[in-house]
Amino acid sequence: MQLIFEKSVPGRRAVRNVASDVAEPVQIAKNLLRAKPAELPELSELDVVRHFTELSRRNFGVDNGFYPLGSCTMKYNAKVTERVSHYPGFAYLHPLMPQLPGGEMLVQGALGLLHKMDRALSEICGMSAFTMQPMAGAHGELTGAMIIAAYHRDKGNKKTTILIPDSAHGTNPASAAIAGYKIQTIPSNSQGFMDMDAFEKALTPEVAGVFLTCPNTLGLFNPNIKKIADRVHAVDGLMYYDGANLNALMGHCRPGDVGFDVMHLNLHKTFGTPHGGGGPGAGPVGVVEKLVPFLPTSVVCAHEDGSYYLDYDRPKSIGYIAPFYGNFGVIVKAYAYIIMLGREGLFRVSENAVLNANYIFRKLQPYFDYTLPADKPCKHECVFSASRQAKSGVRAVNIAKALIDRGYHPPTIYFPLIIPEAMMIEPTETESKETLDAFIEAMIEIAKIAETNPEEIIAAPVTTVVSHLDETRAAREPDLASLA
Amino acid sequence: MPFIANTDEQRRQMLADIGVANAEDLFADIPPELRCGDLNLPAGLTEQEVRYRMQALANRNRTGMVSFLGGGFYDHFIPAALDALVTRSEFYTAYTPYQPEISQGTLQAIYEYQSVMCRLTGMDAGNASLYDGGTAIYEAIMMALRITGRRRVIVDDSLNPIYRKMVRSYTTNLGIDLIETPSFEGLPDRARIEQELNKDTAAVIVQNPNFFGRIDDLSDVAELAHRHGALLVMSVYPIALGILKTPGEMGADIVVGEGQSLGMPVSFGGPYLGFMTTREKYVRKMPGRIVGRTVDAQGRSGFVLTLQAREQHIRREKAMSNICSNEGLCALTSLIFLSLLGKEGLPELAQVCADKASYARKRLLEVPGVTMRFPNKWYFNEFVLNLPMPADRVTRELLNRGIAAGFPLGRYWPEMTNCLLVAVTEKRTKQDIDFLAHALEVILCS
Repeated sequence: MQLIFEKSVPGRRAVRNVASDVAEPVQIAKNLLRAKPAELPELSELDVVRHFTELSRRNFGVDNGFYPLGSCTMKYNAKVTERVSHYPGFAYLHPLMPQLPGGEMLVQGALGLLHKMDRALSEICGMSAFTMQPMAGAHGELTGAMIIAAYHRDKGNKKTTILIPDSAHGTNPASAAIAGYKIQTIPSNSQGFMDMDAFEKALTPEVAGVFLTCPNTLGLFNPNIKKIADRVHAVDGLMYYDGANLNALMGHCRPGDVGFDVMHLNLHKTFGTPHGGGGPGAGPVGVVEKLVPFLPTSVVCAHEDGSYYLDYDRPKSIGYIAPFYGNFGVIVKAYAYIIMLGREGLFRVSENAVLNANYIFRKLQPYFDYTLPADKPCKHECVFSASRQAKSGVRAVNIAKALIDRGYHPPTIYFPLIIPEAMMIEPTETESKETLDAFIEAMIEIAKIAETNPEEIIAAPVTTVVSHLDETRAAREPDLASLA
Repeated sequence: MPFIANTDEQRRQMLADIGVANAEDLFADIPPELRCGDLNLPAGLTEQEVRYRMQALANRNRTGMVSFLGGGFYDHFIPAALDALVTRSEFYTAYTPYQPEISQGTLQAIYEYQSVMCRLTGMDAGNASLYDGGTAIYEAIMMALRITGRRRVIVDDSLNPIYRKMVRSYTTNLGIDLIETPSFEGLPDRARIEQELNKDTAAVIVQNPNFFGRIDDLSDVAELAHRHGALLVMSVYPIALGILKTPGEMGADIVVGEGQSLGMPVSFGGPYLGFMTTREKYVRKMPGRIVGRTVDAQGRSGFVLTLQAREQHIRREKAMSNICSNEGLCALTSLIFLSLLGKEGLPELAQVCADKASYARKRLLEVPGVTMRFPNKWYFNEFVLNLPMPADRVTRELLNRGIAAGFPLGRYWPEMTNCLLVAVTEKRTKQDIDFLAHALEVILCS
């Protein structure tokens, strides 16, 4: 397919700008102007519409089909949440408005929404307060790590290190490192949990905190979690909860009750906002009482009369981490999702997410290796290994591509790093039994062909607009832009 | 239950196949003392109720005002075709394009986005987006530290004060020597910057048009920085680049900015779009996702995420940034916006904004007691007025008359309590401007 620039015809126009209604044009000094106009495409509106419609057909979203991308919680994105986020009262509200004298009273709906969202997420997670400012999950992790650093600085603690299990998302160590910490990786044991001996050995007074996700990236709930929290608290360390996997627990178990002190959520996972093909996300951060003073500036507060205001006078705050109040448009969608589901609905979300995952977990066990003890249920996702198929040359990546030919988005592959040939499957609660059965059948069919005719699987995908792309060439001779 | 497909009968079958009596058994691995009771939340609502509830909240926000608020976040016109395309769910319900064969739509769009941002800024390469204009500056600083191996950064105070606060927060734990140089008459003070430059300096950070709306040729600042082995990081307003000299022409090394003006509503602060472009030689030091063009097994052109060895999922704590999800859909939005405007349309739009702002300046200066804060030279679509009384008071009174007149600068510059930052876009009419001037006159003269 041609690049949009290759479709350009000199002199062709799409949108016409409004004409200036003031008398004289301003002539800015020549040395301040660009030498030539930017080489933007010259197209009609229909040209543009056809180009992007064609591109959209070369994409695969949840609306196209089953998307069991483990750890990403690709559930259905309700259309009503899109609709309400476009209400002019939200979309056209200028963020500087509440910073004007008297301006707070003109944005009470927005401040109220942010405050109600804080209260709802705090209840769901067992935290004291949430900030909505972080603009993605990893941004939330960084915010959390900065809060941990501010807490220790305030107490005069000399802390240098964050402990992170080897099964963690790559963002965990990356985020903690750019908050100034040394990272110590703790190996997992044969059960798939953080090794307790290694953890105890690493737990020195220099430990500022531990980053964990629960259930972990293997989809398993760590039975030692409370013990870990108690041990960390004993050295005045803080427990960080990576909320990527909260879809397993809503209404069943709260991170705050387990002993976590600071956490982020991915609204584009658990709370049904779309991922947008790579954002915008939203990564609200929740904290327990003792960390509330360190939340980023500003904080939405309620007056006694029920009106809301922004508190900027927070001497212990980590300061500004976003220009304003976070990815507000995303928060609007997640709030609509929460009030639509309600108490019972959120409980059922997690129950059905776990049910769907266990159904796949059980049905695929005869066909794929499971390298951990299978005596316990999984939570919202399960991680198989393609090591059995790899013996005949069919690797996880080949199974992924064969699934593409069968109309599915593949699971997450090669993550977590501790499982060889990992395939991490997360069906989510919004998928039906028929969809799961058809996917299971496809996986079984692929497993069988892998034995009898592995070349057929290795040749996949054969139905897509492009076949296997040369990633080595892309990295060695980077072509990152079409320059005019 | 909304959005849960399985019937009770299906759930029973599935539980039987799994080999458990009920769904509760699937949670038996959670120690009982860690289970929670019912959440203290209201019961769920129907779609109709949700829409009513959300509309009621939206109605409590005043968005119908005549607004001259800007400060880096601008109210530009958004064509209908843009909404129609960006709301295609093949785009917005997809994840990050990890599987290139079924993600060519997102990948090609991001490659085209990187291309238009390079063409606009006059640079060689860009990434797939960052969260917003402020975090983009922080990422540019980190990138400059990686490139130069130095620890000192000079930030000119005509950079958006909100971004300066963000940079301060992010660098607190990193042992960076952060210097703020006071601007002179609303422009970066060259002599002061030169004084602060030394062999430890990684970068000089400037903005054009700057927060006061002033435009400048920063080529000499680039030369100054380069003479000391430092990089020039420039934050820009992409609409203005329709006509203004590009950072590339001025010799900038890293260009960042807030892309909200390219087709996104102001949306109470987000989602926005941080963009970044740079010189070819620094490509491997850039943070974030990058899309590259390559070929498939049949020699067909195609697109992939590339240079991933920089990223957190490979390098973990040694990654160049922790960023994972960025603002992909906003990048797509800006690409569609620029495609609809086109080569002739963008400069035309920029000129209309400058023309209307010029008229507004002239008209507002006719109000007795109103002067320009800085010597009246070159501006794009925003400028700072000096009022004969505190700008807070004037702003409050104008709000009561349905006008958001601009942003009083006293909040960030205590010595500028009488100063008001006024922004004009193509959406403001001559009538709006006259209305503001008239209302201002009434307030100042009463």
